[in-house]
Amino acid sequence: MTGSVEVRAAGDSALVVELGTELDPALNARVIACAAALRGERIRGVRDVISSYAAVTVCYDPLRTDLGALTGALTRHAVAADVGVNAAPRVHEVPVCYGGVHGPDLELVADFAGCSADEVARRHSETPYRVYLLGFVPGFAYLGRVDERIAMPRRKTPRTTVPAGAVGIAGGQTGVYPCPTPGGWQLIGRTPMRVFDAARDEPFLFAPGDEVCFVPIDEVTLLASLDEDEVGTAPGA
Amino acid sequence: MMGLRVDKPGMLSTVQDLGRWGYQNLGVPVAGPMDRCAHRLANLLLGNPSEAATLEVTLIGPTLTAEGRMHVAVAGAEFDLFVDDAAVPMGVPLSIAAGSGFRFGRRRRGARAYLAVRGGFDVPEWLGSRSTHLPSRLGGLAGRALVAGDVLRSRETAAGTVPSVDRRGPVLDLPDGGARIRVMLGPQEALCAPEGIETFRTTRYVVSDHSDRMGYRLSGPAVALASSAEPLSDATPTGTVQIPGSGQPIVLMADGQTTGGYPKLATVITADLPVAGQLSPGDWMEFEVCDRAAALRALIAQEQALLA
Repeated sequence: MTGSVEVRAAGDSALVVELGTELDPALNARVIACAAALRGERIRGVRDVISSYAAVTVCYDPLRTDLGALTGALTRHAVAADVGVNAAPRVHEVPVCYGGVHGPDLELVADFAGCSADEVARRHSETPYRVYLLGFVPGFAYLGRVDERIAMPRRKTPRTTVPAGAVGIAGGQTGVYPCPTPGGWQLIGRTPMRVFDAARDEPFLFAPGDEVCFVPIDEVTLLASLDEDEVGTAPGA
Repeated sequence: MMGLRVDKPGMLSTVQDLGRWGYQNLGVPVAGPMDRCAHRLANLLLGNPSEAATLEVTLIGPTLTAEGRMHVAVAGAEFDLFVDDAAVPMGVPLSIAAGSGFRFGRRRRGARAYLAVRGGFDVPEWLGSRSTHLPSRLGGLAGRALVAGDVLRSRETAAGTVPSVDRRGPVLDLPDGGARIRVMLGPQEALCAPEGIETFRTTRYVVSDHSDRMGYRLSGPAVALASSAEPLSDATPTGTVQIPGSGQPIVLMADGQTTGGYPKLATVITADLPVAGQLSPGDWMEFEVCDRAAALRALIAQEQALLA
């Protein structure tokens, strides 16, 4: 890492600093460390600090914030961002029932990959994933990277309904739908785990920098673990 | 208990406060009022703090009945207002007797008005905010817009006298068919072709029908991109102007997603977000590029007008 970064304005109430332009775990770790360090400073007027794949964005109140001090702090933490802060990530084991009505695109992904559905499930569940960022809807974690042999692009036409817990692939990314929503990812399975529950004390299972491992389970286990009102909620066409 | 019973909900009426800040890192959009100034003015009229929850009403306002004596105020888009059958003004505190009706009539200008009650509306806080985020069905009143039969409680504990304030004069120039909106270029203007930026600066766009609290999709001449490569997704603060492959700009508004991967050509200045928030489908939108100093001057002038 060289010692220079460029802080850019995103309007009059946000700043952005890019630490790189690639999808890379070490770079993302530095981004998350930079965001955490900046958050820790509790700078007056700062409303939100957001880490993404390769950039940190700070939203601030322009009438309360010393922009020079904020820019200085952002630059300092971007240059000094240290992966050590995130050296021991939280690890989540997420049980997944692959295929069938719970993973209606598993066979499509198998065709794409030129292998069996079981092989897709094996490849999907054998590597740990990194939470690069959250977005799309509250609690939706973009996980990477997916084995490139099964990295099928998203559907041309999104489904109008995808149930909470659906596990999908979109190119090199995979993720778990936190709530019922329209969605365009290839659905390969479903977890009974709630990655997001607004009513919980800790609504969010995942945070940037966490590690996620998928563990295959059978349908009996899935159905036994779903709440009664969730059982009939297979994905739409 | 004091509150307002909903007889007719209007087109889209949601509870909003100043927004849910601090959770965009977990994918939670800020939400909050489309016109922050009008929300604050409605609260000011009743002596409420700025963060008290108001009702944002859209294009067609609701018809309500007071349960208990209520102190209310309306600011923002110009609507005819009635207590029972008597016309009452916007921009002043109003007292409504128990059992009386309170009705929004014809809309004259702007898209969104804010109804405040003394003490603010009493809906549960989620992650420190009472704002409704419609796409994820979170916050506010069960995460949704009002429906007939809802009762919105106020947090007012005892009926007292209303303050004597008269703020019928405008804080904003309400758009009348369209608005010229100031933006600062960036943060990714380099991803747009120079002629694309010129198109953006000189075009009168139309707010399309596919526009809502999440964002405005504009129609007009395409903004040329410098290349077809999409950048990695990163944060998309409110007011971000994105240019998707079609070249038709998208202006992200209050309910917009927290991250996005389209090139971010420009960002609406804070002072003009409330003006943009008063637009509706079919209105025109033009962009004027300004620098940070001009953006801050505009914000300070707006703040002074609001607190005058």
